[in-house]
Amino acid sequence: MEFTTIMGSVAILGGVGLAFGTLISLAHLKLKVWEDPRIDAVTDLLPGTNCGACGQAGCRAFAEALVAGKIQPATCTVMGPDDITDVAEYLGVEAGEASKRVARLLCAGGSDVAVQQAEYRGLQTCKAAVAVAGGGKACAWGCLGLADCEIVCDFEAIYMNYVGLPVVIPDKCTACGDCVEACPLDLFVLMPLEQKLIVQCKNLLEGEEAEAVCQVACNACGRCAADAASGLIEMVNGLAVIDYDRNELATPDAIARCPTNAIVWVEGSQFVDKPELVRSATV
Amino acid sequence: MLHKLSFRHGVHPPELKELTEHVRIRRMPYPDEVVLPLRQHTGKPARVMVGAGDRVERGDKVAAADGFISAPVHASAAGIVEEVGIWPHPDGSYSTAVRIKVDPYSAQAARPRLVPQWEGLTAAEIRQAVQDAGVVGLGGAAFPTHVKLAPPKDKKIETLIINGCECEPYLTTDHRTMVEYPERVQLGIRIMMRCLSVDRTMIGIEKNKPDAIETLQATLPSDLDVTVHPLTVKYPQGAEKMLIEALTGREVPSGKLPLDAGVVVQNVASVGTIAEVFETGLPLVERIVTVTGHGIRNPSNLIVPVGTKLRDLLDMCGGMTDDAFEIVFGGPMMGAAQANLDVPILKGTTGVVVLTESQCRRVQSYSCIKCGHCLDACPVFLNPQLLGSLAKAERWEEMEANHLMDCMLCGCCSYTCPSNIPLSQLFQLAKAALRKRKAA
Repeated sequence: MEFTTIMGSVAILGGVGLAFGTLISLAHLKLKVWEDPRIDAVTDLLPGTNCGACGQAGCRAFAEALVAGKIQPATCTVMGPDDITDVAEYLGVEAGEASKRVARLLCAGGSDVAVQQAEYRGLQTCKAAVAVAGGGKACAWGCLGLADCEIVCDFEAIYMNYVGLPVVIPDKCTACGDCVEACPLDLFVLMPLEQKLIVQCKNLLEGEEAEAVCQVACNACGRCAADAASGLIEMVNGLAVIDYDRNELATPDAIARCPTNAIVWVEGSQFVDKPELVRSATV
Repeated sequence: MLHKLSFRHGVHPPELKELTEHVRIRRMPYPDEVVLPLRQHTGKPARVMVGAGDRVERGDKVAAADGFISAPVHASAAGIVEEVGIWPHPDGSYSTAVRIKVDPYSAQAARPRLVPQWEGLTAAEIRQAVQDAGVVGLGGAAFPTHVKLAPPKDKKIETLIINGCECEPYLTTDHRTMVEYPERVQLGIRIMMRCLSVDRTMIGIEKNKPDAIETLQATLPSDLDVTVHPLTVKYPQGAEKMLIEALTGREVPSGKLPLDAGVVVQNVASVGTIAEVFETGLPLVERIVTVTGHGIRNPSNLIVPVGTKLRDLLDMCGGMTDDAFEIVFGGPMMGAAQANLDVPILKGTTGVVVLTESQCRRVQSYSCIKCGHCLDACPVFLNPQLLGSLAKAERWEEMEANHLMDCMLCGCCSYTCPSNIPLSQLFQLAKAALRKRKAA
């Protein structure tokens, strides 16, 4: 009696399972949608960070666009040249060329040079500080140094240095734009590495007023505009503005006479950390 | 009285009004320079009309209203326009401002002008006169007053409510206005009742201002239905929606305006200013500011030209004490801390509070212990502890689903929180983030 009950249950469940299994396999054959197997293969070759720097909705969307031929492998800023070649060879397409871009900070006013006019004691994020009288810095445009960008960076490409400025490591930066969005003062700009001439200031004050709030502020003296090739630099609203469409004309000559070092010629990283200063600062 | 006139929830911060509540209003001498930002009101900034070198008399328009929800800006002192450029704004940014070098030899008399006779004007003409005079809400938010005087046709306004609560600790601007200029307040009410064609006006005053209640009661007009209502002393009694609940028993629906409850609310100082406009023809060029706090040597109530720099105002009041630590524009509950002494007093600056070091002790913020004090304090019945944890996780949409937009940033939750969580600052950020997302 008991044995037949057990076997009966097994038979019923097995039968139901078999019936549904058959249905599913039939449905699989009947309703199958063909998908290019290369999409999966390419997705596996991609970094899988889903950072969105390529402009697509994620790595799989990028793979679909690659297979469809809408985009070139080099658009991915996270992959190294070897990986890009791998993808290009697999798909049999041109790797394409994209100049490497990195996030650049348009402020050099660290705590050693920028005047602190008040102490900010609220919530320790840049967004919160901006809402309370613009934070403690005398310069209303300058980096607050509360590291919203460092926190938001998925690639550990940003760290805060000894004066509270975010250092972007060009090798790790993928130009995904997360820091650009995170900065409440809009200080980050994604720039191609070839753009080496940078005005590291967004302060709209001029002359002594600008220098009173920060030693490295652009005081709009106009020397860089005079020294650079004509039309490259223009003074707009108390700031030197570089026309990057004529970037090939840029030379380090432009920075030679800058009285505040607001305009700089950047090779590699913008700011550096100085360990010996870190030590002396903590003493 | 059958029920106590008040609202549910809220907090009881120390009132601290004894510093200035019996100090007579004095007129401040003209400073050397006034700075008039074009953005002094809610809505679009004004459009500048003068250039450097222009000579302006007191009361001359220096910037025109740009659209309906905007207000013009007038010169608050006679002098020469030094510059139209960027200048520190109390919100922490730099914004375009007209800087006027005040003429020390000027009598500061306004140009002869026609005084509008309000008795003969239509509602639309009164509104226009109010906008031309640059009148904005003087209670802090600085919303252009003429907009409130123009309700949509399908909304019937039954009651005009005059807000004399002044529930923020320290501030006594409205209190002194009611005590010293009751006739002006009554005239303003008369003009507004005509403009809105309402039959009933209720003046709400907290019970901690007995002299104001007495004075206004003594000057009530006999031909109009105007009544004074003493209210329970509780913060934020002066918030528009709380005041409506206390006086009419009606609750303004979530996301709606007082208009939807058939009510228009005006601050007593704004009402007084409207009366002044129709008495003298002079636009809004000066306002009463309470300069107070334990960090100022001579706490005072002053008539201050709009655009006076904070530095000049503090000097006028004997300067700061040695332990002065923080300067706040507005009251200590909702006001904004200032980082720069060059910022000008705006039309909406109700007071300047200087706090001492012992009052601003740095407190560590701990984790939420789910005690529920914030729920008992929130006057609009939100759940601040839930909203706070959502804000820390930047889950803005969920916050909106939990009615974040009903939060008026009164700060009751932060005030009661035993873990010192900066709740209202978190909500301020969340609201800004949501606004930004919607605009994008």
